Amino acid sequence: MKKTFKNLFSLVAMFAMLFALSSEVMAAKKSKTLKNTQKKGFVRCGVSQGLPGFSNADASGNWTGLDVDVCRAVAAAVLGDSGKVKFTPLSAKERFTALTSGEIDILSRNTTWTLSRDADIGLTFVGVNFYDGQGFMVRKDSGMTSVNDFKNGISACTNIGTTTELNMRDFFTSRGISYEPVAFEKADEVVAAYDAGRCDTYTTDKSGLAAQRTKMKDPTAHIVLPETISKEPLGPVVRQGDSVWEDLVRWSLYVMIEAEEYGITSANADSMKTSENPQIKRLVGAEGELGAAFGLDNEWSLRIIKQVGNYGESYKRNIADTGILPDRGPNQLWTKGGILYVAPAR
Amino acid sequence: MKRNKILPQAITLLFIVLIFGFFTMNAQVNMENRGIEFGFGFLKQEASFDIQFSLINYDGSHSYARAYLVGLLNTLLVAFIGIILATLLGIVVGVARLSPNYLIKKTAAFYVEFFRNIPLLLQIFFWYFAALRALPMPEDANLLLGSSFMTIKGLYTPAPVWENFDIFLITLILALILIFFVKKYAKKKQEEDGKQFPMFIISLSIFIGLPLLTFFAGGFDLSFSFPELKQLAKTSYTFEGGVGIPPELTALTLALTLYTATFIAENVRAGIQGIGKGQKEAAASIGLTPAQVLKLVIMPQALRIIIPPTTNQYLNLTKNSSLAAAIAYPDLVLVFAGTAMMQTGRAIEIVAITMATYLSISLAISLLMNWYNKRIAIKEK
Repeated sequence: MKKTFKNLFSLVAMFAMLFALSSEVMAAKKSKTLKNTQKKGFVRCGVSQGLPGFSNADASGNWTGLDVDVCRAVAAAVLGDSGKVKFTPLSAKERFTALTSGEIDILSRNTTWTLSRDADIGLTFVGVNFYDGQGFMVRKDSGMTSVNDFKNGISACTNIGTTTELNMRDFFTSRGISYEPVAFEKADEVVAAYDAGRCDTYTTDKSGLAAQRTKMKDPTAHIVLPETISKEPLGPVVRQGDSVWEDLVRWSLYVMIEAEEYGITSANADSMKTSENPQIKRLVGAEGELGAAFGLDNEWSLRIIKQVGNYGESYKRNIADTGILPDRGPNQLWTKGGILYVAPAR
Repeated sequence: MKRNKILPQAITLLFIVLIFGFFTMNAQVNMENRGIEFGFGFLKQEASFDIQFSLINYDGSHSYARAYLVGLLNTLLVAFIGIILATLLGIVVGVARLSPNYLIKKTAAFYVEFFRNIPLLLQIFFWYFAALRALPMPEDANLLLGSSFMTIKGLYTPAPVWENFDIFLITLILALILIFFVKKYAKKKQEEDGKQFPMFIISLSIFIGLPLLTFFAGGFDLSFSFPELKQLAKTSYTFEGGVGIPPELTALTLALTLYTATFIAENVRAGIQGIGKGQKEAAASIGLTPAQVLKLVIMPQALRIIIPPTTNQYLNLTKNSSLAAAIAYPDLVLVFAGTAMMQTGRAIEIVAITMATYLSISLAISLLMNWYNKRIAIKEK
């Protein structure tokens, strides 16, 4: 009898061990990137080389911006600390190779979501954190007030390796205007050349125009023309083939947007735990088991909201208060006349 | 070969093959995992981006292959101009460094020490942005040499419009052939009775005179298209017509030339100083003028010392031209390894093609220079 008991015990122990082992193997199989991130202790995030409002480093090397906050949110969710991010500044040209080669795990660098990028080169776009469109900047004293004022022979400064270059051609060709494209590898050189008078117009995403204008000698001497010539949904990108990581980054962003929708802020997040609304309770981790799907605890979303804030806070801090684009335009919640509409976190 | 010599070599070879094999397999597996397919089919796709400056007919509706060609030709153009200018400047400065004139000697030395000790990329930025700041806007531009304009948007010169270009070309070739025979005759004559022909003046007059003659005979069919100022907006102007040389090309050529010429100048100096003093004195003692001493005695020997290191500088200049990307000159790296790589995402294929291209250009230059080097080498009997 005693022996049977012992046998039974060892059998149970064996099963328990096997189960523990297999569940660990499962979690590891689920997301290699997540496992690596937890092992390293920081999130590897690719950002721009300096775009105020989106990803910009200050004098002491602290990164801030709307794109930066996406990576901070993931770090808060996975590692419990939004500061545990290693930022890698990348040029437009380097960014995709850095991601596909595994140098970074999230690319959050005002990157336009297009079919060919999503389907063709081993990338997956997880969502949109800024709805943008391409526009033109001209010198105020030139008297140009609309793209209809463009004439043959106009020279346009821009970045290489962006959708901007393609949209520019579509725009000028469809209007039958001959133009001189002057394309630089780095944004700083584009701004310097345009500012010096090399080009009549500077074209990129309107958010970029607004942000780069702050770097010019006399920002008030330039205007952004009212026309928008393209759709530029900007969002974070991950490598193809790790769907758990992909979901995790997507929902980290969605939690920020949904938190704003339900009025949860970094200040009131803790007190929201006792809310009557079950959706609010789910978002702050007081109800449901949302974190389990990624192999995380239940307070992952609470940490995002507490440490990074909701989308509205992030926008205000990085883009509105810095004077880049005070008006949220399409980047307003769907309930307030914008097009920010995300799937429910439940 | 002995067996004990073959074995280590075979092992080394095997090792190299294994390493390459490992990297290739690794890349293949990684690419497969990420859903990337290897292939060159993208070259036939429409490029759909425009290029600022092109030697051949190109716009966005052409293929990536054509965009590659545009970039390649732009690289070759800047390398070609750079090599010629750097060689000329290098020879002048190299000789000047040995000048007995104190001022010339020190100026040349200062130039060499200054320009070769500043990183090239910085120099490129300097020439580009300094030039941009210093140059006038198109509407304020002054006339240069009668009908050219130097502006922030580029150098605009009249473009010759040839009506009978082929005839002009034929006479030019004829002139060259004629010069060749005159030279041969002059040499023979000198060997026979010691009389010298003023070869330079004769050659020059043939080269200019013959094409000019066909002009008078065939009538002036050459016309020019002059650059004209055009208003784009209230305070925005540009030039239309003529040839527009973008400031990016000018700045890049200038920077590459000034930088590389310092090294060539040092090669030239080394070459000349490498020839024994006795050679010079012996040449002078038989009554040759200083110019003749340099041309007939010193240079032919010095060239043997100068050519091999100068070949390296030519290669450096060509490879350094890839820094063009920083200032928007559409060379191979900016157009192909930049925009095209970004638009297609074919990093491995495009980098491989670009590397193979630079390798081919460099090997071609080496081959040419080695051939020349062999030709001027001492023919020992």
